[in-house]
Amino acid sequence: MKRISTPISEAAIRDLKVGDEVLLSGRVVLSRDAGHKFMVEKKPDWLKPILAEAVIYHCGPVVAHHGDGHWSFVSAGPTTSIREEPYQADVLETYNVRGVIGKGGMGKKTSAGLGKVGACYFHATGGAGALLAERVKRVVDVKMLEEFGSPEAFWIIEVEDFPLVVTMDSHGGSLHEEVAGASQERAKELMAQK
Amino acid sequence: MPACPIPELTPMATVEAKSVLPKDWKADLGAPLALDLTLPVTELLRRSTSRMPQDIIEALVASRNLEAEGSRAANTLDTMLENIKLADDHVAPLCQDTGTVIFWVRHPFGVSQRQIKAQIRAAVREATSRSWLRPNCVASLSGKNPGNNMDPFGEGHPVVHFEEWDQPEIEVAVMLKGGGCENVGAQYRLPDVAIGAGRDLAGVRKCVIDAVTKAQGQGCAPGILSVAIGGDRITGYEKSKELILRKLGTPNADPKLDAFERQLVADLNTLGIGPMGYGGKTTVLGVLVEEMFRHPASFFVSISYMCWSSRRNVLRLDAAGRPSFI
Repeated sequence: MKRISTPISEAAIRDLKVGDEVLLSGRVVLSRDAGHKFMVEKKPDWLKPILAEAVIYHCGPVVAHHGDGHWSFVSAGPTTSIREEPYQADVLETYNVRGVIGKGGMGKKTSAGLGKVGACYFHATGGAGALLAERVKRVVDVKMLEEFGSPEAFWIIEVEDFPLVVTMDSHGGSLHEEVAGASQERAKELMAQK
Repeated sequence: MPACPIPELTPMATVEAKSVLPKDWKADLGAPLALDLTLPVTELLRRSTSRMPQDIIEALVASRNLEAEGSRAANTLDTMLENIKLADDHVAPLCQDTGTVIFWVRHPFGVSQRQIKAQIRAAVREATSRSWLRPNCVASLSGKNPGNNMDPFGEGHPVVHFEEWDQPEIEVAVMLKGGGCENVGAQYRLPDVAIGAGRDLAGVRKCVIDAVTKAQGQGCAPGILSVAIGGDRITGYEKSKELILRKLGTPNADPKLDAFERQLVADLNTLGIGPMGYGGKTTVLGVLVEEMFRHPASFFVSISYMCWSSRRNVLRLDAAGRPSFI
């Protein structure tokens, strides 16, 4: 089990390989469909200092708004990442992001982006919303809440020991491709059976 | 290696103590127009979002015990089981995607469906404001989120199916169907040349293998595959959703389909996709199949994929109006 904290250096990310289990601490910024479309089409500068050497999380959390105005996360597991495939590589490069957390893996365009920028794709356990919310120590801020609604807003959070698996690294490796390839072969065998 | 034990959820006494339903709450089914299901349905939502059905827990544990100790598959199933305990302890949503909220209401003659629907909608609004449900209902084109899980155009969400039956009891079943797994559902039109599937059970089997292989880990494997054979494009999918309400381990009433389900589970678990698609022996928890009518010209196979976090529950009011939950 490796521990990493934001800001993450390029050297630290290049050191990570497919299959590594990681505990991440530090700044994570939530973004999904509306956010990625927005980042690529509008390229807002105000996001640059927030995202630099931090990690993006594909997640639309269940949040609670408390009487004193502060927010907390109630349930916060990953959402399917592949929907961000058209945007992800561009976002990584524009904002110098060191990692993406999600589920299900991403495609070749993102894989190339990870290699170019020096970033990893981290997989979190889908559906483990209650457990992952426990590792969110603080909601620092939220942007575009009004425009996007709570599942799509940019939630800026601090996490501690967020449990992740590197399933795509900065060297072109992808656990998803390995599993997909092997399972497709097996599916052919099964379909050939009477 | 010691087998992973079945995690114990909080005792029912604790669940009852946290209930939004006053102790000894009872409906008067003799006066159906005075019936108000808002509170019991709110409680139904509280339980379904935070408390995993026992049959799913047992299926996850059985799978965990088949995976190699220390493997990523075993660790991932452990994380899922730990999450189940935490969500129950905290009354927090098991998964942040609390899904499309789907109800099936069965009721005797004399009940007003309009009233029940309004009460269900009020319960969903309340559960959303308590953070038991995420606001998951947005306008398709603008993406605008009204924030309360109410359909911005009409009354399409929450989804409510009604059926009048000849019994005095009322039953309200609910399913929280996540978006990730909904996206990997599939409908096939047989014959399907691309996968070599003809209009028979062997063809249906190929459809399911194809759907699971295409889904990989993206529907949050290990999933539950529910398969409606026949119907039209709408009734097939509708049936496949409803099938997910069947408890895992309950045999199919049709012995032929029962054998088919068991063999298919064994076959699919040799695909090696594993929990979350990281590889492993556990790709599906169950396969549920039902045969329907069809038009002679059509042969649809409608497949719904339910994630491992199969959240469902049933509120039942017995003939005396006393509520119970599964």
